[in-house]
Formats: sequence, structure tokens, C-alpha cells
Amino acid sequence: MDVTINHIRKEFARFPALNDVSLDIRSGELIALLGPSGSGKTTLLRLIAGLDQPTEGKILFGDEDASHRTVQERNVGFVFQSYALFRHMTVAENIAFGLKVRPSATRPPKAEIRKRVADLLDMVQLTGLDKRYPNQLSGGQRQRVALARAMAIEPRILLLDEPFGALDAKVRKELRRWLREFHDRTGHTTVFVTHDQEEALELADRVVVMSQGKIEQVGTADDVYDRPGSPFVFSFIGSSSELPVTLAGGGVRFNGRPIGIGAAGEGPVDGKARLFFRPQDVVLMDAADALSGKVTACRRLAGTRIAEIDISNGEAKGGKPHHVEIEVPLDAPVTLGADLSFRPTRWRLFFEG
Amino acid sequence: MTKTATSRWRWKQPSIIPGFGLTLGFSLAYLSLIILIPLTGLVWRTASLGWGQFFSILFDERTLAALYISFGTALIAAVVNAVFGVLICWILVRYDFPGRRLIDAMVDLPFALPTAVAGIALASLYAPKGWIGAFFTPFDIRIAFTPIGIVVALIFIGLPFVVRTVQPVMEEIDREVEEAAATLGANRFQTIFKVLLPGLAPAVLTGFALAFARGVGEYGSVVFIAGNIPYVSEIAPLLIVIRLEEFNYAGATAVATIMLAISFAMLLVINLIQAWSRRRYGYV
Repeated sequence: MDVTINHIRKEFARFPALNDVSLDIRSGELIALLGPSGSGKTTLLRLIAGLDQPTEGKILFGDEDASHRTVQERNVGFVFQSYALFRHMTVAENIAFGLKVRPSATRPPKAEIRKRVADLLDMVQLTGLDKRYPNQLSGGQRQRVALARAMAIEPRILLLDEPFGALDAKVRKELRRWLREFHDRTGHTTVFVTHDQEEALELADRVVVMSQGKIEQVGTADDVYDRPGSPFVFSFIGSSSELPVTLAGGGVRFNGRPIGIGAAGEGPVDGKARLFFRPQDVVLMDAADALSGKVTACRRLAGTRIAEIDISNGEAKGGKPHHVEIEVPLDAPVTLGADLSFRPTRWRLFFEG
Repeated sequence: MTKTATSRWRWKQPSIIPGFGLTLGFSLAYLSLIILIPLTGLVWRTASLGWGQFFSILFDERTLAALYISFGTALIAAVVNAVFGVLICWILVRYDFPGRRLIDAMVDLPFALPTAVAGIALASLYAPKGWIGAFFTPFDIRIAFTPIGIVVALIFIGLPFVVRTVQPVMEEIDREVEEAAATLGANRFQTIFKVLLPGLAPAVLTGFALAFARGVGEYGSVVFIAGNIPYVSEIAPLLIVIRLEEFNYAGATAVATIMLAISFAMLLVINLIQAWSRRRYGYV
């Protein structure tokens, strides 16, 4: 089921939670809504489900306008962050609920409901736990019951709100892989909300990066990591350093000094810009036209070393010190307090004004 | 820790909260003074009767009728309160309307009002010529001075018990549970009757038990509205008072002991049901 979100605006008490958001979700796609808290990602998910109504804009399921359909009519599977299981019902009763509440004309016969529940339990690998109550299950098991319950109604689209938020790291990793396999097997259009970039990048076909009620960038994991479309995406995804620089004659200058990289063909020749680069995209070199500064901290991070360098070098006139983090090879000589020069090998400039 | 130390049964579990001995000692002494000693005295006094006399009082027709009236009316009143108490809770918790706080405060009035005042007020309202009773007179229904009047008084007395027990639990209900039911296709009616109310059952049961227990013991309001006709609308507590006025202390304590035994048995059963449902659903 294709889902089209068309210029959606949502206000809560006149405060805009979503501002002119448009998004095309393709059938069978696994898509992640990624952003910090307050970015509007859960609001967008709830609007798709019909749990909230948009202030303006339309939501289309296929060609059909679903904006004014009730939650019940939309037939969406929604997995809540708290799972929201019915705790007075057994696992089997929870899963069967969506089928049992149907009007008698469309309700499957009892035997078929039983069979469907057994199939779903098998699919989420919880066979044999059908008579348990939710409070007798672990967090990961509850999560899968919630998913099976949502799948029971054969939803047109599956929506998951922070599906792994309340689980510990190990279970989270397992379930992540499991969800990917589950999605590949069932082929449901799936949208999930997360604030964990690792989760979004690993799991999703496409990632929607959101900030302050707007979509910043939509793309594959490679797109948003390697080709960030905005300063926000660059700093939000992965680690990065940001420097205020000036452009002069196609060269990039920091603190008035050229740093050995050019801005050719990227935008205006002169003016102010912000330079972004990632810790691993640097090369150490002894040159006058490079970034340099004193090593203020150095720490070991798995197979690499991260050095923190104060590149203001006391030269910043009235400016605040600029600390950048770069990755240095384990065999490179790094001593605290010593000078270190480096040049970004891959970078991105965002022009101001 | 050595093996012997861990395997030994310990009366007190290790805890970082100090004062276990002191607080437990105080609690036991306090409960003894307030509850245990008076009740023991009651049974002691009854024991002076001997089994033959005890059973003759127990199976006396007037005693049986009074017990039947007391427990029957308390049961009906508690059931009515369980239904309408939950309804009032729903309104107080789920809707915001002008006067909500006023109604919320009004629920506590039966707690505070002297029960005799309540009894007199209800009796005059529901009397055959009273404001409300007059409506029923043409249909030949009498409320005051019959067991129906007792039920009315006990409903009044027991309402806050149900409301105040269910209200906090209802406030705790996660909105997401309702939303989950909606996404699964359940309409409001199904959500309320299949999802919300079963979840409230343990709290409703507690409220029911409290209202019932209070109803069984209620005296002040009932004596004014019941009419107190032996065999028809005479409650067991009144019978106890009558026996006392006859200086028949053994007779009074015998009836009291029977009431105590029945109440204890019923509350025990209700508590067992609760413990079972709590274990099952994981309510704290």
C-alpha cells in the first residue's frame, strides 16, 4: 500500500508540531522516521494511523483519501512504545482481539481465528506461550506479542513507535535483525519511529530525518550518511566537527589562514560558510596551510584513537576556542599538549546567506 | 555468607529500612488494643452461653430474618454501588465539565455526614408523603419503612467506597491501551466493555467489598428509614441493640459473633478472588 503524505500541518494548542510535511512511502518499503525528541516523528506516525487529525493537508492510502477516515476504518497495525497489551487477556486473546471485535459479517469463524493466532505465534516465535498473561513475559516477548496483535488484522500498513526503545541493548540488536527478516518475509509497508540513528541506518530501506517539525532529508542510509543535505543532518547523523570558515578566491580560510582545501565550483567564491567533516576523514600532515592546534585529550576507541584538538591556537581574536575531534592512527605520535596538523580529506561546506 | 546462614529461616528479611522491630511491635500492640481485644471479648462473652443456647439464638426466626435483611440489603446496595459508582468515576475521570470538582467533593459527603442525619433526611424524602416517595405512592410502592428503604440508605452510605477505590485506578489507565483497541478495529462500546472494564475489575471488587462491609455494619441511618418491623425490616445490628436494652448481653454478643463470622467469611472470599486476579494480571 502506497502512502502519500501531502503538505501536512499539525498544531497542538497553536504550537506547530509538524510544518508542511510531504512524504511518499512506497508499497512494501521499510522506512524509518529519525529525529531527536520533539522533532515531530511520533506525531507524523499518529497522523498516518488516524490517532490524531491533521490541522491541514491530506494523507492518501493508495489513491484513496484517508484523512477523514477513523482509526478503525484505516486498518493500520500500530505497535506502541509501551506495547499497550491488554493485561487481563492471555497472549492468544490479545492477538485474537482484532478479529473478535469485527462485526459478525466479516468475523472469521472461531476455528479460523484459533488457527490464525497459532500461525502468528509461530511467526513471532512465541509458540507455547499462548496461555500466558503479558506480565508473565519478558520485554522482548511483549514486543513481539504487540507485533503479532497488530499483524492479526492484516493491516494495510504497519506502524511502529520506538519499537525497541524499552529493551536492553542485546535484545534490541536481536529484535532488529528479526524485524528486518520479518519484514522481508511478509512484505508489509512498514514505518517505524526511532531516535537511534544506528537502528534507522541498519534497518530501514529509506531514512526520513526530521527536526523541529520538518523533514530535513529523505534517503538511503548511504545518502544521509555520505551526502547529508543540511547542517542538521550532518551533525545529527554520525559524529562530525563544525567550523565557521570564510571563503576567499575559491579557497577556504579558518581564522584568516588558508587551510589547504578549496571550495571550487560549490557556491559563491567569497563569503562566510560552515565547514563540516567527520573524524575519520582527515589526514595528518605537516604543512603551513592546514588546520593545527594543541592536543587537549586523547582516548582509545575500539580499533582507533580519537584526539581532541584545540585549533583556535590562541589566534582567535575574542572568539571561543574551537575543539575538533579527529581520528588518528594508533601508530602516529600523539602527545598531550603537542601541536598536530591535519587536513580534512572529505568535507562539506554549507554557505550562509 | 556461610551455607548455614543462608539456609536458616529468618523471621526478618534483611532490609536497609531501619525500625522494623519498633514499627511491627507498635502495629501489633495497636491492632490488639483497637481490634483484637474487643473482638476476643465479644467471642469470650458469647462462649459463656454454651452451644445449645448459642444455636437456639442463631436459629431463632427473628435472628435469621434480621441477618437475612442485613446481608441481603447490604449485598444489593453494594451491587448497585459497584455499577453506578463506576459510572460516576468515569464521568469524573474522563470528562471535564463545569462543576466537576463540586461533584467530586460531593461524593465524600456520605463519609462526613452523621449517619443519623442521612437516615432522617432519606426517611422524610422517601416517606409515602415525602418529595420522592409521593411519586411511588400511586403505584403502591413504599420505599421508606421497608427493606427497599434500607437499600436506599445503604447505597447512600456505600457510594464513596466504590468511587474512591476505582477512581485512582481509572486515572492510571494508559491512553495507549484504548488507542491500541481502536487501531485493532474495536468501537468505543467494545473498548469500554472488553478492554477497560475488565482491567478495572480488581478495583471494583475492592470497592464492592468495602461498601458491602460498611453496609452490613451500618446502623445509624438505617434505623430511621427502616421502620424496624421485626421479621420484615429489622436489621441485625438493631437486634443487638434491642438485646442490650433487655440486658441480655449474652444474646447480643451471640448475634454479633454470628455477624462477625459471616462478614469475615465473605470478606475472606472476596480477598481471595482479588489475590487471584492480581496474581494473574500482575496488578500491584
